[in-house]
Amino acid sequence: MLARIKEFLGLGAKPKEVSEEPKEVVSKEEVEKVAEEKTKPRIGYIHLSGCTGDGMSLTENYDILADLLTDMVEIVYGQTLVDLWEMPEMDLALVEGSCCLQDEHSLHELMEVREKAGLVVAFGSCAATGCFTRYSRGGQQAQPNHESFVPIADLIKVDCAIPGCPPSPEIIAKTVVAVINGDMDYLQPMIDLAGYTEACGCDLQLKVVNQALCTGCGTCAMACQTRAVSMTNGRPEVNSARCIKCGICYVQCPRSWWPADRIKKDLGL
Amino acid sequence: MVLGTYKEVVTARSTDKQIQKVSQDGGIVSALFCYALEEKLIDGAVVAGPTDEFWKPAPMVAMSADEIIAAAGTKYTFSPNVLMLKQAVRQYGLEKVGTVAIPCQTMGIRKMQSYPFGVRFLADKIALLTGIFCMENFPFVSLETFISEKMGISMELVEKMDIGKGKFIVETQDDVLTIPLKETHGYEQAGCKVCLDYVAELADVSTGSVGSPDGWSTVFTRTEGGETIFKAAVEAGVIETKPVNEGKFGLEMLTKLATQKKEKAMKEIDKRKGMGLPVPFKASSEKEDPLANV
Ligand SMILES: Cc1cc2nc3c(=O)[nH]c(=O)nc-3n(C[C@H](O)[C@H](O)[C@H](O)COP(=O)(O)OP(=O)(O)OC[C@H]3O[C@@H](n4cnc5c(N)ncnc54)[C@H](O)[C@@H]3O)c2cc1C
Ligand code: SF4
Ligand code: SF4
Ligand code: SF4
Repeated sequence: MLARIKEFLGLGAKPKEVSEEPKEVVSKEEVEKVAEEKTKPRIGYIHLSGCTGDGMSLTENYDILADLLTDMVEIVYGQTLVDLWEMPEMDLALVEGSCCLQDEHSLHELMEVREKAGLVVAFGSCAATGCFTRYSRGGQQAQPNHESFVPIADLIKVDCAIPGCPPSPEIIAKTVVAVINGDMDYLQPMIDLAGYTEACGCDLQLKVVNQALCTGCGTCAMACQTRAVSMTNGRPEVNSARCIKCGICYVQCPRSWWPADRIKKDLGL
Repeated sequence: MVLGTYKEVVTARSTDKQIQKVSQDGGIVSALFCYALEEKLIDGAVVAGPTDEFWKPAPMVAMSADEIIAAAGTKYTFSPNVLMLKQAVRQYGLEKVGTVAIPCQTMGIRKMQSYPFGVRFLADKIALLTGIFCMENFPFVSLETFISEKMGISMELVEKMDIGKGKFIVETQDDVLTIPLKETHGYEQAGCKVCLDYVAELADVSTGSVGSPDGWSTVFTRTEGGETIFKAAVEAGVIETKPVNEGKFGLEMLTKLATQKKEKAMKEIDKRKGMGLPVPFKASSEKEDPLANV
């Protein structure tokens, strides 16, 4: 099923190019057909330099977790979840954590994921933007040379990103449901976000305020997960000592990207 | 559709004398929150509360009718209400939050609800989003310029500010001062220039002054939830309604202003895109309805 979604989208291309294609690549009929089949996607969870917070957030979907795991998806791989050493073929791989360039095992695992998985998802901000591993600089025991950590899209082609430190349980649930239903409209922003790897609180200034777009709404300050953003005279002010470069402030800003059609649909308007 | 999707539009006002006295227009925002609080449909509301500085608001979580009423009235400058939503849920422990928002703030809230990337356990706790109409907003120093410099009075003497009939109006205890709206041009915030929403198209209920007589408000019910709460408030006698004037001083005027705002914004969007600047909205050539907020 996921291979077909991938095919419809032409995901062989770089994410940027995909986003510029008209959204109607998937016809209604095709989506319905995909939804009808409801083959359980085989999902893998790969843990690189992350804290397991993203995986934990997934499990916080208490209401739907049992249904999700028994009826909707099949978790086929994951060190904290499945007793299996050999990485199997997967439809979807959730990769948590950034990748340490000095750690051969991580590099190898990441390359293997790309080979074995239909869709690779940067799951959480560490995988998507590097997040606070951006501050790593080595010099600690027992591996003083482990100093360089990069978002996974620096090393492999990533199909979509779910930033967040961690991503909310809701966005994870919404994404999984969208994947199962082949709802590519919903997933489009996440496909676009696969290209957003150099995130920082200063994006608010550079990409919103500097571009004459800020309205002083306060969404960025609400969304920041470390309370690094405050509002001063109607403009975001980022305390860079608190910023962990997760990218959430800019991602949630209504002036970065604007999913109007989706919102109207969700509201029944 | 320049007024957004809605179920019903009426002219309305609060029947509460205390609210009528302090509210900007028909007191719909305050009346709805007070009613919803009393009926336990919300357990608090984020409003633009007063601060130590006259006419410089700050978002606050109001948990009583008194606090809601103390925050009534329009302040024509930033009150980043959206940022308080998280505090309302985390620090104040609210389960059902009401909030008042100008259109750009509704956009931030609605986007967060549809795509809550980093925002956990908040999206479904917004129980009542009351939107207010908005033509533009001003940095605080712009207000100081109008009032202290152009009108020559001190901010603390001001009892009410309003925009209407082509003027920026300030009421003091014994005076009404005005400057032509023309003189405020160039003092608006730049981000407003690409704004494609006049009447808070994505709110549960939206309200504003244009389209109704003084002391009354124009009200759109939009979502199921918004319609239910508004109707209940009317039934409870907290809000009185009359049919909206369809003509020149009613919906026609509102439609005209909404169209003007959107046409101007579309021009600016097209212009900025032409310069290669980023704008999150589509160019006029890319969309079916050139004035839609997409
Ligand atoms: C910047 C701005 C521009 C506006 N432009 C127009 C316009 O062009 N046409 C029109 O018809 N109406 C406009 N309005 C709306 C109008 O002024 C009234 O706010 C609206 O009619 C509600 O009045 P009310 O009597 O029902 O509310 P009230 O009972 O007086 O309550 C008003 C509520 O709005 C909140 N509030 C006040 N200032 C702000 C702010 N800056 N940001 C967020 N919340 C705030 C208050 O805390 C209060 O809860 C504008 C409002 C603002 C804030
Ligand atoms: S969310 Fe965006 S528009 Fe709103 S205050 Fe922050 S930077 Fe400005
Ligand atoms: S300011 Fe906050 S939300 Fe933005 S990147 Fe930094 S930590 Fe993340
Ligand atoms: S005009 Fe639009 S962007 Fe400006 S304050 Fe009003 S709602 Fe916000």
